[in-house]
Amino acid sequence: MTDTTLDMSLKGTMTKPKERSEFAHTIDGTVGKPFLDGKDTKFHCRGVNVFYNGTKQAIFDTSVDIGKNEVIAMIGPSGCGKSTFLRCLNRMNDTIDGCLVTGTINLDGEDIHAKAQDPVLLRARVGMVFQKPNPFPKSIYDNVAYGPRLHGLAANRAELDEIVESSLRKAGLFNEVKDRLQAPGTGLSGGQQQRLCIARTIAVSPEVILMDEPTSALDPIATATIEELIDELRQSFTICIVTHSMQQAARISQRTAYFHLGYLVEVNDTKTVFTNPQHQLTENYITGRFG
Amino acid sequence: MSSTTTEKVKATLAKRYAREKRFRAYGFISIALSILFLAILLLDIFSKGLPAFTSTYIKLDVVLDAPTLGLETNPSQEQLKVANYNKAIQTSLETMFPGVEDRKQKKALKALVSDDAQYSLRDQVMANPSLIGTTQSLWLLADDDIDVFHKGGIDRATPEADRRIKDFQLVWLDKLEAEERIESQFNTNFFTRGDSREPEQAGILSALIGSFYTMLVTLLLSFPIGVAAAIYLEEFAPKNNFWVDLIEVNINNLAAVPSIVFGLLGLAVFIQFFGTPRSAPLTGGLVMTLLVLPTIIIASRAALRAVPPSIREGALGLGASKTQAVFQNVLPLAMPGILTGAIIGMAHALGETAPLLMIGMVAFIMDVPNGVTSPAAALPVQIFLWSDSPERAFIERTSAAIIVLLAFLILMNLLAVILRKKFERRW
Repeated sequence: MTDTTLDMSLKGTMTKPKERSEFAHTIDGTVGKPFLDGKDTKFHCRGVNVFYNGTKQAIFDTSVDIGKNEVIAMIGPSGCGKSTFLRCLNRMNDTIDGCLVTGTINLDGEDIHAKAQDPVLLRARVGMVFQKPNPFPKSIYDNVAYGPRLHGLAANRAELDEIVESSLRKAGLFNEVKDRLQAPGTGLSGGQQQRLCIARTIAVSPEVILMDEPTSALDPIATATIEELIDELRQSFTICIVTHSMQQAARISQRTAYFHLGYLVEVNDTKTVFTNPQHQLTENYITGRFG
Repeated sequence: MSSTTTEKVKATLAKRYAREKRFRAYGFISIALSILFLAILLLDIFSKGLPAFTSTYIKLDVVLDAPTLGLETNPSQEQLKVANYNKAIQTSLETMFPGVEDRKQKKALKALVSDDAQYSLRDQVMANPSLIGTTQSLWLLADDDIDVFHKGGIDRATPEADRRIKDFQLVWLDKLEAEERIESQFNTNFFTRGDSREPEQAGILSALIGSFYTMLVTLLLSFPIGVAAAIYLEEFAPKNNFWVDLIEVNINNLAAVPSIVFGLLGLAVFIQFFGTPRSAPLTGGLVMTLLVLPTIIIASRAALRAVPPSIREGALGLGASKTQAVFQNVLPLAMPGILTGAIIGMAHALGETAPLLMIGMVAFIMDVPNGVTSPAAALPVQIFLWSDSPERAFIERTSAAIIVLLAFLILMNLLAVILRKKFERRW
């Protein structure tokens, strides 16, 4: 992981990559269509590097555009940096000690690392849903109302009620919990908890929702519900989703980004990535040769 | 292949089960031993201490005539206050046991009742002056030696020279017993009075109130400071920072510092340098604060660390600031652990004696303190003082004070359990 000065002269196809030094030279910039040429761009990332504790580099020189109202799936083997990259987008990495992010990330043309940019405001605009459902140990109502209360989005109780109800409706949870809004959120099933977390995120009316493997802890039925939900949410939000399931990426996303050990290898329309991958590593991964 | 595996496993099974059985036996033995020692301790304390909750009273027919009391007609309250009640009691005793001429025996006769009897008589007369001129049958507090004897603490079979109650006194006591003029009543003095040189008059109220004020000061200082320090160190302080690590190591070391050292520190810093009053709950509370701070900080940090990071991330991901995430989401979840730590720390402080000796709370204090700056004793120090006293009757009072202290400790631990249950939330 520390070998960042790569010998680029050793180009060639490797069959069985073991060490970064063995295959990294096969990654020479991102292939496919990472850029949208300014059309409806939400996130504009150029040359993003992430370091842990000064020496360990987790993300190498990643440049990609994320469009408005699209679902972009980030796939790749474990430890490839897809979650780390996702957490750059709302500066959640700031909360980790010793984590350093360099490069440019613009949200609607504004640098999110600018001095004037407040991380609290950024996170209100870029919401996040985590891998493990993490409802607060409060009532269902208070869980959803937490964000609006935090930011003072509702002027009175009636408005707050409305925000809570509409968020739960959008998350497809309202009918299941409308009779027990005061029951603890932790008492719901795993799938319901994750939808509650999505409702909680929606309640703040963000522009982008980041999802870090939102269905990895759920059963197939709950997963299907969430996938349908993501498809509906696309109408109003930009969604970046990290997933281990290639089928899921194929089902719900318009664009797919493939990460490999810290490098963004390939970005393209989902259909193209899965039917006609342009990079050997992508092909190896989606055909199940490793990962 | 599979058969050989089965055989090999079978061969080791007996050994494995034997090891498990042995381990369980060790565990059972250690639990049984601790219960045994606890039982012995409690049995000893209770068997010694329970008699202290009653005290012996003697019924006397006291003639309250004005000449004996040295009073004129229509005395003022002031005159009533200084009247000679001692003589009235002495006269009634002499009437009951006529023919005592020997000076030593006369003194012993007077000593059947406590010094306190004259004051309780005075209070009764002052409250109702019309008693003067009448003869009253009154239960008066007996002397501590009589008390010990009446509770069976002195054996008649002991040679007279080795006995606190001499043969002539035994005759009197037998007569009192025969006339049903001696009995045990509930010892209210023990709970309503301060310390005294006379065991029958000694109570734990001043020590109890002193301990209460000390604990109050300790709680008010150590809880906010300790929790704030824990929150800062756990949530806000930079990780892997030399100074933060140094502070952490020192806090852990402080938890192991002998408590007498804190007492010396309190003497040098609080009393000598800052001039806080000697023997006062304020100074005691300050010293105890230093003593329990490491406990509270360590327990609070452990409780904060036990809150899953997903809770923090969830709040931060919604746009909460670090402070909001900590105070609205993390702290409520850590509260049961923090409270448990704080209460255990307080219980530790309640039973701590050594530092209080250093700051003068070991002084003989009869008055019930009326604030954090007035001189006071504390429960464990009171126990220490009484255990050191030569009077037989203090033995049972020492144990009784231990029972009271244990009762408070159990109450505090119960409170910890209840608070834990109340605030405990699942996630």
